[in-house]
Amino acid sequence: MSFFSQPVGVSHFLVVGAVLFVSGVVCMAVKRNALGVLMGIELVLNGANVNFVAFSSPFLRSDNAYALGLDGQLISLFVIVLAAAEAAVALAITLNFYNNHSTVDVDRADELKG
Amino acid sequence: MTVHPINWHTAFFMLYAVVACTFGVAVVVSSNIVRMALYLIVSLGATAGLFFLAGADFVGAMQLFIYVGGTLVLLIFGVMLTAKGPFISMRTSGGDWIVAVLLSGCLMALLVPAAFSVASWRNERHAAVDAEPDDSDTAVLAAPRTVAAAHQPAATEEPPAPFIDDNGDGIPDVQPKTATALGLGLLGARVDAIDAKPEMRPGMSGYLLPFELISVHLLVVLIGAAYLARAKRRVR
Repeated sequence: MSFFSQPVGVSHFLVVGAVLFVSGVVCMAVKRNALGVLMGIELVLNGANVNFVAFSSPFLRSDNAYALGLDGQLISLFVIVLAAAEAAVALAITLNFYNNHSTVDVDRADELKG
Repeated sequence: MTVHPINWHTAFFMLYAVVACTFGVAVVVSSNIVRMALYLIVSLGATAGLFFLAGADFVGAMQLFIYVGGTLVLLIFGVMLTAKGPFISMRTSGGDWIVAVLLSGCLMALLVPAAFSVASWRNERHAAVDAEPDDSDTAVLAAPRTVAAAHQPAATEEPPAPFIDDNGDGIPDVQPKTATALGLGLLGARVDAIDAKPEMRPGMSGYLLPFELISVHLLVVLIGAAYLARAKRRVR
């Protein structure tokens, strides 16, 4: 099987990032539990991180002079920190909603409906 | 049919990629919130393995520390505080699932061909044999093989070089030691861009201002989260 003797490239990492991104988008769309929506956001950010790291790597492409360099890794670090901050706030909001309404169903959060 | 030696980088990439994708999809498919959290931990941990394989050692370690060790523990606390009775498994209606599968199929059909659309992203090193040889490819093919590859019979065609090795000393030209360069980049000094071409230099500024912004942002956000989620004393 000659696939396992070939080096992987940016494309293969992009496919993994695409799968994680699509999983996250679908998770955000179909989950009714607020924490499930939060997990979908984590998956989306993680898929984006995979792309950033793959483009920053000098090992994964045949023209490695055009690799993104350390910028991609720095941006992915910022994304990780932003994801942590976002999870903290979203979790606090969810717990507040649970305390006030005794549910975590996002379909029941319709008090602001006009 | 010739038997190529296994490229272990590819093999481990496949392992981590399959684990990350499988558990990422399992997060969507599962309806039990506790299992979803567990699958998410496995998926993000396998993604950290992918970061290590891409040469991003510091980012992979931070993925394990902050994401898996911090953010997901926070999420699991949320799951434990709210997982009661009907909220453990909340099912979605069938019509929503059909729309979701259609949407995800369309998105994948867009993204996967886009990922393979650029030739240099595919990183194919074997095409140099019949394509016209240029400098870097002949240097790669002339590099000394490892002992295992040298014992292959002569009829076997050359296995592709697993890494860029232009000076032919058997170790990769670029070593993944990124922690120092990343730390100095966050302080505003780009030690990795010292010998960059002058026309590339202006885009490679440091990241001191974004680092300060995100530090204050994280502090404000955590204080705000603690304020939002505090235990309220009911006044009767």
